[in-house]
Amino acid sequence: MEVVRQTFHIMLIGAAATLQITVISVAIGCMLGLVVGLSRLSKMRFLRLAATAYVDFFRGTPLLVQIFLVYYGLPQVLRDLQTYLMDSFNMPQILTQYALPVFLAAVISCSLNSAAYIAEIFRAGVQSIEKGQMEAARSLGMTAGQSMRYVILPQAVKRVIPPLGNEFIAMLKDTSLLSVIGFEELSRKGQLIAGQTYVAFPVWLTVAFLYLVMTFTFSRLVDYLERRLKTGD
Amino acid sequence: MIKVEGLHKSFGKLKVLNGIDCRVAPREVVVVIGPSGSGKSTFLRCINLLEQPTSGQIYIDGVSLTDHKTNINAIRTEVGMVFQRFNLFPHKTALENISLAPLKVRNLGRQEAEEIAYGLLKKVGLSDKAKVYPDQLSGGQQQRVAIARALAMRPKVMLFDEPTSALDPEMVGEVLAVMKDLAREGMTMVVVTHEMGFAREVGDRVIFMDEGLIVEEGTPEQFFLDPKNSRLKAFLSKIL
Repeated sequence: MEVVRQTFHIMLIGAAATLQITVISVAIGCMLGLVVGLSRLSKMRFLRLAATAYVDFFRGTPLLVQIFLVYYGLPQVLRDLQTYLMDSFNMPQILTQYALPVFLAAVISCSLNSAAYIAEIFRAGVQSIEKGQMEAARSLGMTAGQSMRYVILPQAVKRVIPPLGNEFIAMLKDTSLLSVIGFEELSRKGQLIAGQTYVAFPVWLTVAFLYLVMTFTFSRLVDYLERRLKTGD
Repeated sequence: MIKVEGLHKSFGKLKVLNGIDCRVAPREVVVVIGPSGSGKSTFLRCINLLEQPTSGQIYIDGVSLTDHKTNINAIRTEVGMVFQRFNLFPHKTALENISLAPLKVRNLGRQEAEEIAYGLLKKVGLSDKAKVYPDQLSGGQQQRVAIARALAMRPKVMLFDEPTSALDPEMVGEVLAVMKDLAREGMTMVVVTHEMGFAREVGDRVIFMDEGLIVEEGTPEQFFLDPKNSRLKAFLSKIL
């Protein structure tokens, strides 16, 4: 198709943006998710409750709503907060402009969402390690933190690779929702091209194909990793 | 070395230990026997606080374990523990299993920690297995590495929780041999086991537990040749 041939490079740019936002979000999601996931297992009640509330909220509400909350809601919260601080404590004005750049809003919303799912993955991974491992580590005099770091987590990481791969693939597809705030990832590019050229089917088929190439490649990569790590488990 | 006074432990409504009083002298080898569910493992696990006692006092070398000011991690470095299921770290080689705690808890250098580990592997007869992962070792070899791992912290006391119960019969001997060597060297040991031969040969004192209490204790001779308690007699008649 002529339209597809002429616009293919634009769709590729969109696919690159999709991949970029997914990698960044899942990477941040992993760090935040580890903290939240371990907090879910903490002895401290407050931490446990806060982490549970976090997971419940971000898994229990649509990503689309979370994107709106961050992109449209967060600037208003920042503005009101600044007004309050300036009025009540005579704080100098720091922010002059409140609107979030689309990219930043995309990173924030997708990372927060991903962290909730990844937290559950890490929690399950840690809990799947036999209780005797923690006991053996503690009986040698290691602190809870040392035992987690040197004994439990290295074993848990192997087990969480397949579910983490699934989360990456799910997030890669879900980033298409970012098109609603105008983030120019693959779906948004498809919308723009189809809208301007009135050629829908070939364009959207190509978009679908590009998603498939990314998810397929990635799932094979995870399979490979999983097989390599299996030895020595 | 170990002093236990009025130790109680409940899991919810289930009372597992109902007032244990016990002393273990330095260099003494105490063997704990009893039917399953009698609380022997729980008793042992209380001694390094893998289980938190419900009430009662435990002292190791005069230091109270139940005192909140006591650094429990420091105490645990003095009390080595060997588990029924070995609990070796599967992602680490035999050498790394042994050197991990000296490295991270004692903050020794890598070379020094590995020297200790090599020395202990030699002691348990596994010098050639240093670079091998646990899943490549037999049960008996794994348990010997686990003993070496506990010894790496140079503990004053060693606790053994049914160390041969998960082993194939032909591997029991090699683990018991390592334990006998330890006893001969003067290690203070508390051993929960069903190996009556070991109790008789190595034990200085044998304790019989039933329903969360110490029912009878004495030297192996008294214990096996002239048991007083009827439940002990019944127990011995079943297993000997």
